[in-house]
Amino acid sequence: MIYEVSNLAIIIFLFIVGLVLGLSFYFARKTKSSAGYYAAGGNIHWSVNGIAFAGDYLSAASFLGICGMIAYSGYDGFLYSIGYLAGWVVALFLVAEPLKKLGKYTFADALDSKFNSKSIKLAASISTLIVSIFYLIPQMVGAGDLVVPLLGLPHWMGVLIVGSIVIFIVATAGMTSTTYVQFIKGALLVVFSTILTIYILNNGLSLTPNENYHKFTQLEAIVSNDTIVNVTNPAYIVKTTKVVDKSVFVKLEKDGSICWYKLNKKEGKTTLDEILSTTVIASGEKLYNGAPKSEKKFYQVGHLSKIIVDGKEVDKTGPVGPFEFIKTIEKSEVVRFSKKTFSDGSDKVTVWYQQITKGEDVMKPGLLYKLSDASGATIWDKLNFLSLMLALFLGTSALPHILIRYYTVPSQRAARKSTIVAIAAIGFFYILTLYMGLGSMINGVLDVESSNMSGPLLAKSFGVGLFSIISAIAFATVLGTVSGLIVASSGAIAHDFIDKYLQVEMTDNAKVKAGKIAAMCVGIFAIILGILFKGMNVSFLVGLAFAVAASANLPAILFLLFWKKTTAKGIAWSIIVGIVSSIGIILFSPTMYDKYGLIPKDAPIPLDNPGIISIPLAVLTLIVVSLMTQKDNSTKDFSK
Amino acid sequence: MLHEPAVVISTDNAASKKSKLGIILFFVYTVIYSGFVLIGLTKPELMGLELIGGQNIAIIYGFGLIVLAIVMGFIYNYFCTKMEKKLNKN
Repeated sequence: MIYEVSNLAIIIFLFIVGLVLGLSFYFARKTKSSAGYYAAGGNIHWSVNGIAFAGDYLSAASFLGICGMIAYSGYDGFLYSIGYLAGWVVALFLVAEPLKKLGKYTFADALDSKFNSKSIKLAASISTLIVSIFYLIPQMVGAGDLVVPLLGLPHWMGVLIVGSIVIFIVATAGMTSTTYVQFIKGALLVVFSTILTIYILNNGLSLTPNENYHKFTQLEAIVSNDTIVNVTNPAYIVKTTKVVDKSVFVKLEKDGSICWYKLNKKEGKTTLDEILSTTVIASGEKLYNGAPKSEKKFYQVGHLSKIIVDGKEVDKTGPVGPFEFIKTIEKSEVVRFSKKTFSDGSDKVTVWYQQITKGEDVMKPGLLYKLSDASGATIWDKLNFLSLMLALFLGTSALPHILIRYYTVPSQRAARKSTIVAIAAIGFFYILTLYMGLGSMINGVLDVESSNMSGPLLAKSFGVGLFSIISAIAFATVLGTVSGLIVASSGAIAHDFIDKYLQVEMTDNAKVKAGKIAAMCVGIFAIILGILFKGMNVSFLVGLAFAVAASANLPAILFLLFWKKTTAKGIAWSIIVGIVSSIGIILFSPTMYDKYGLIPKDAPIPLDNPGIISIPLAVLTLIVVSLMTQKDNSTKDFSK
Repeated sequence: MLHEPAVVISTDNAASKKSKLGIILFFVYTVIYSGFVLIGLTKPELMGLELIGGQNIAIIYGFGLIVLAIVMGFIYNYFCTKMEKKLNKN
């Protein structure tokens, strides 16, 4: 996509980044001890911590990923909102207070508080590191996506900027600054998402999203023996025809430039409908709708093809209420854009074609996760849905960067209260995601190359000012979440592994220094991964991080808290089995096969979400190993 | 090795009662959440049925799960605070 860069956007962006860095400097002067670095001295007020939780949790996945997924797949994207919030119920009712009681700085401390076992220290630090890195990838991908329209920079520059700023923040201040950064960002995100939703409702629904919205052309085709021989408009010349998964795409030439159309047959009439395309030619150059990027022939899409109000077709509705908005979309028809990729000689072509979808299908699950038998859902499709909902429910309370936030408050009561503040703020935000996602779907703002930018681009359609503020907040969102993750990772390396597992003698200052060096290494690694995973939906990637966390960490936490027969070896083995099985399934999944450039259908495991296999496997391992090693517990005194 | 928390945690006599309440509320929510997943798996067409005010089951159930989590959080906090006040007087 080609974007105009605005000076206002740059100024607001620099102001927010400056604010974040200023805060870091301020708190850096106060952070001298390891308790201050990893746990903000345990002195954060519960209300601040609650909003900071929301800031931590409402990462790039929530604002960029979920809105994008809803914009492209309707209700299926909202499943993430439901699951992400439900996960907090596990955190609040089962984990918050007992965990606060057990730990010192990290999740490994809590797990190990009962056993003082080297194998737990090792397994927990590896798990923290792996889950954090899995969670870091989508944040970095989101950061890269953001700077493209915001600052006019390439994707990799965005990743590099975020990585560098965050390494700087974490290396200077630690948990106190990340907490205040998250607090400010979390509050701003909820406030401005509410403003954006008010704009959406006030704008209502219209068949013409904006004055400059592209008018899609339709050509009449002359067909002989099922082969296109020509089009009635003499300005076009038919060049080639491609059949991809039963869809027919036709390459046409007009005024010397190439464009692709999709063949459609309706009521005995054969037409060619205009579509969007990118072509990577042999020289490596990428053409947008047959022309170089600079010619700006690629446009934003997404509109309604029919609006029904009280049984009558209308062109627009005017301002609507929140329930009327949903009800009207449900009765109307939406034009979504589906993607197909194929080769045309030496050219690699990607097309996005119009798909008229009934509003009632948009407002229930099924567009992304096939569930009904009528849509040809297989048992694997259903397992994918079940697996996703399970991982989202169980993943939240197993995320290391969320768990460490319990150590920043002074008491168990404060841990509970801050969790409730978080649930209220996050829950409210997730309801807004449905409006922001649907708003993007119908307002002609979608960049088909990146679903992640739907929310900010929707804001842009309401004015550059709102876009700049929303994008800058989204950027700060990434900064904050990445900071939290890097603090958690550096804690796993410096505190759990070097200090506790290897038992290297270090002064308090040396511990903080080791944490900062670890933070830099993890940050550089995250930058590289963020560049490699460009183009994937960030919410999908975060879903995978949840699955790894739920498999590796949650059985260990819950059994430690609620099953007296749990042993150190049971915990350690369950973590290892959870990590290996979940990552193993992800690496051999259809989505990763697509990423490797292989055919997704050839993937040996037809599951994209591993939770349904890896979580029970980790639980089973914990139970079996614990039962086999009961004598370890009997030789120790746990009465303390 | 030191494994005590970053701040000193005072004794909480209400801990076991709060834990029991947490487990009960967790199971209540889990059953309701499982109901949503189960409808999606077995009768997905039900999700599109209109229920109240022109809204379908998917919307009402989905919004309901989010609002319920918030409401249950407040209920839990109310009772926990009450138990703490009563049992930690001394």
